[in-house]
Amino acid sequence: MSFYTDPAFFVIAAVLAVPAVMLGLLARHCRYYSLVASVIMLAFLLGSDLRETATLLGCLALCFGLTQGVLKLFQKEARHRVRLFRVALALMVCPLLAVKVCGLFGDNLFGFVGVSYLTFKTVQVLIEVRDGLIRHVSLLDYLSFLLFFPVFVSGPITRSRDYVGQMNDALTRDGYVQLLAEGILWMLRGVMYTFVLASFFEWLMWFAPASIVGSSWQCEALRQLSYAFAYGLYLFFDFAGYSFMAMGFGAFFGIRVPLNFNAPFRSIDIKDFWNRWHITLSFWLRDFVFMRMMRSVMKHKLFASRTTGACLGYLVEMTLMGAWHGLTPSYLLYGVYHGVLLASCELFQKTGLYKRNRRKRWFKLASWAITMIAVFFGFSLFSGQVVSVILGGR
Amino acid sequence: MDRAELEENVLSLIEELCGDGVVWDEQDIDLFSEGLFDSLIAIEFLVEIEERFGVFIAPTEVEREEMNTPRKIVDRIQERL
Repeated sequence: MSFYTDPAFFVIAAVLAVPAVMLGLLARHCRYYSLVASVIMLAFLLGSDLRETATLLGCLALCFGLTQGVLKLFQKEARHRVRLFRVALALMVCPLLAVKVCGLFGDNLFGFVGVSYLTFKTVQVLIEVRDGLIRHVSLLDYLSFLLFFPVFVSGPITRSRDYVGQMNDALTRDGYVQLLAEGILWMLRGVMYTFVLASFFEWLMWFAPASIVGSSWQCEALRQLSYAFAYGLYLFFDFAGYSFMAMGFGAFFGIRVPLNFNAPFRSIDIKDFWNRWHITLSFWLRDFVFMRMMRSVMKHKLFASRTTGACLGYLVEMTLMGAWHGLTPSYLLYGVYHGVLLASCELFQKTGLYKRNRRKRWFKLASWAITMIAVFFGFSLFSGQVVSVILGGR
Repeated sequence: MDRAELEENVLSLIEELCGDGVVWDEQDIDLFSEGLFDSLIAIEFLVEIEERFGVFIAPTEVEREEMNTPRKIVDRIQERL
């Protein structure tokens, strides 16, 4: 059973949500119950695949062990703790790395559904243990956070302190009712996005190019353009819809899942876009990759100017983002492309032209239009369309 | 270091980083939504306060809403001094 597509998923999840809603209405948290529900859902997800189940369990054991180890090192202020932390971090990303490399060869030996998102969460915990922000990790909270089924397969990426905090905070009946009402609206919005709008644009992806007949290069260009446009909107409605449904299910279990999309097509520059598109991913990268990289660059004064460091930072951050999607040429190009866009945006925003005009209406409109063209071109890199056109096929 | 002295040091650091003296007049201005701060300046700010005041704040320690105005920034540093 796959999540958010099989009708069975919705039926089982809805049944499992009933006790959670009842507990919520009694102003009680479903700390233990939510873990039970997640385990049941994951059992359906993994089905009879013993290899995947074993990999997931092994991965959880590895991550929990490493986290406890690092926790002890920092509590005791042990020698070489920073170096050992780095080793632990490297070990933690090994499973994901193995999956991505095997994926290149069409092999799925180490993979299990959700490994990418799981890694984000385990790494976040480990880094915050190192920062001294997390001083205690109980197995129950850890599992409940990592396995929380509404966001297990593809996000939004929750943060452990937020999740555990919400699970342990006193819940009021009014607070829960409010959350439940919001959750129902999110759910409806998600269903609308995924099953109506995304389906429509998915159909348009094939219908629009097919309805343009002719063999001139203009017709071909128009076909490619209409496909790219429909694909971009399909991608948004499909993913945003899924994210809203995850917020809905999260709310039923008393958890406010962070927003993943905030009107990305209103972005007026590319930085703005990454604050609105797949927000939990870009904020994760910002907090745990970009800011930390910049921090050490600035501390060691590696570059004369802040801008040079930032441009390089964006390039590394976004290339990593592309590689995380997969190590194929299309995904890597997509990452590098957005790195270059962000770096260019950073450079442009330092110019007098930008500073003089940034509040003017025409400037914002032009900036929006350019951003949208750049964004949709990015989507067609992501979908593999650009690479296949270059290689001469469709 | 008392509040007034800290305030003066922090405000001049903010001015230095974002190149705008408006922070002296409006201590409740939202630095991020006004475009005075971005994540890059924010991280440089964290590095600077560590060097100048010996206050270490990890990048994910404080929510952005709790540290987005000059007044709140001074509050957060004072708590840790």
